[in-house]
Amino acid sequence: MDSNRSGRRRFLKHAAALAGLASGAVSSASGQSAGSEAQPKDVHIHGEPSRFATTLGSGRGVRLRLDHMTYYTPLQDSAGIITPASLHFMQTHSSRLPDIDPQQHRLTIHGMVDRPLSFSLEDLKRLPSVNRIYFVECHGNGSSTLHSTDDPKMGLPVQYIHGMTSCSEWTGVPLSVLLNEAGVQKGANWLVSEGADEGKFTHTLPLAKAMDDVIVAYAQNGEPVRPEQGYPMRLLVPGFEGPSSVKWLRHIKVVDQPYMTWNESMNHSIPRPDLGGKSRWYHFEMAPKSVITRPSGGLKIPGRGFYEITGLAWSGGGAIRKVEVSTDGGRSWKEANLQTPVLPKAHTRFTVDWAWDGEEAVLQSRCTDERGEVQPSLAELYRNWGITDVASQKTSRAIHINAIQPWRVDRDGSVHDAMFS
Amino acid sequence: MGAYTMRCSLNLLVPVTVLAASVMGLAQSRPYNLGTPLSQEEIRGFDFMVGPEGKELPGGRGTAKEGAEIFAKRCALCHGRNGEGGSAQRLVLGSPGNPHRGPFKDTEKSATSYYPYPTIAWDYINRAMPANKPGSLTPDEVYAVVAFLFYRNGIIQESDVLDAKSLPKIEMPNRNGFVPAVPVWPPDPKKPSWF
Ligand code: HEC
Repeated sequence: MDSNRSGRRRFLKHAAALAGLASGAVSSASGQSAGSEAQPKDVHIHGEPSRFATTLGSGRGVRLRLDHMTYYTPLQDSAGIITPASLHFMQTHSSRLPDIDPQQHRLTIHGMVDRPLSFSLEDLKRLPSVNRIYFVECHGNGSSTLHSTDDPKMGLPVQYIHGMTSCSEWTGVPLSVLLNEAGVQKGANWLVSEGADEGKFTHTLPLAKAMDDVIVAYAQNGEPVRPEQGYPMRLLVPGFEGPSSVKWLRHIKVVDQPYMTWNESMNHSIPRPDLGGKSRWYHFEMAPKSVITRPSGGLKIPGRGFYEITGLAWSGGGAIRKVEVSTDGGRSWKEANLQTPVLPKAHTRFTVDWAWDGEEAVLQSRCTDERGEVQPSLAELYRNWGITDVASQKTSRAIHINAIQPWRVDRDGSVHDAMFS
Repeated sequence: MGAYTMRCSLNLLVPVTVLAASVMGLAQSRPYNLGTPLSQEEIRGFDFMVGPEGKELPGGRGTAKEGAEIFAKRCALCHGRNGEGGSAQRLVLGSPGNPHRGPFKDTEKSATSYYPYPTIAWDYINRAMPANKPGSLTPDEVYAVVAFLFYRNGIIQESDVLDAKSLPKIEMPNRNGFVPAVPVWPPDPKKPSWF
């Protein structure tokens, strides 16, 4: 979803303090429950990380605006491939999260079906379940405007540029089970799904994809899906642009054509020079992408010597086949080690050994997915789209950016975003 | 119980469905017999998503004149007088009699004249606006504010009456501004993913 429509970043804030403020802004449909008076919070009930454990002093990064909330996964502190639910990125088109009582919540399946049905959370839990590891990425992740910085000295850390991707183990019912239960009629080939949020987030999904690997997920990383992630149930559309995975899922309507609703037409299309200024409809699948998460922008490495370079690679088109890393600005590349498991449509962790000689260096990674598709440089990507003046793009919003991310290490060890320089 | 054993041993969905139907001896048509049937009346109570052909549009009607009043009361607070922008997006580009036909800059997309189908404005305003009380407009009011916005964008005449019949017929100025014409799945395997 777009986190950066130009000119609308009046509420841009990095302060971690705001995180507390915003997560308190949960709307309650059923009123305040009696037990919620100012009891001191027992932090051990759900556990909290050590206050010393983060590099940049905060958990998720935050940008708040009138109509959007965005929380970014702190990729610079990530290890392995799983993002804890508490650190999963969040992007919503509302200023408040729905506070849903599952007793009151129903998922309906209607439209072109033989038997319109409604399912409670309990119904879903009785049905056969699957448990799969998938990434979810906002299609605005890594967008050019996200490189604009409020701190000219350091530039933005990786989490504010690429932190709208996360990877979890999702548990739920295959959507095909529910659709078979309702009996999809002949001639149907699309679905439209609506969330129970104030903004009525809506997205279209091809029926073929729905019957393939889509999950109606009620659990994430071993616990119920959290309110920020769509409690009590959400769509999880593997490999597709984040907005397809509708949260707080409440209605699925089976139809015979793409519905091209407001979110899709307005937010998920973008005018492009190579198309004569016409807009490209959304792409469905996310393109292959990788990023070095450590060392990365905003960090400072203490001195010359050995470092393990590590990062993440993923593709909506399947599994990652290869990641290469360059420490000399792209002149030479070295194949990275892929840590297992290497799963389709999931984050894959890569590492490479590096000895820093204390001189300026530019670190970057590029991946190839199982279809043989290679992650492009920013210049290549823009050239494909008919844009030759790359620098001019820094302030213009773009979606579906999967360009190689260069990080420049200065001689003092400070690491900077070098995407546009 | 059958379902539980299968959950542990089988991951593939098709076998689960087929097995369940035969093992549990249920009608093939409804393998698990879970979920509660919905009546047509219940469906009418929540089925508000409107597609590009406008098949789901309800009865009711409205004009730009009526819409101007409603807009001033319910929408101008955030979108500015006549929709020229405020704390929330500008909704107007072009002017009465003079629609903006593109190309659109990214910052201009929020004008309703960007939408490829007239139903998009109706559907979104009906379900999600006004943002401080979504879903509170009557169908007449939605037809009227849509007529007002389309008139201010130069898409229709001030005297045009919008209803379930006339609204879907409006030719939007950006109707042919999308590539491909409508979203297509699966994508052309010969095209790289950046396309
Ligand atoms: C309380 C403030 C508020 C009021 C009142 C309000 N809106 Fe909005 N409107 C918004 C916000 C915020 C958005 C953007 C929502 C988003 O980005 O998810 C929006 C978006 C829209 C859009 C989509 C614009 C685009 O980007 O394509 C339309 C159309 C719209 N409003 C129409 C209306 C109409 C008609 C009314 C009156 C019935 C109204 N709004 C009342 C705040 C408001």
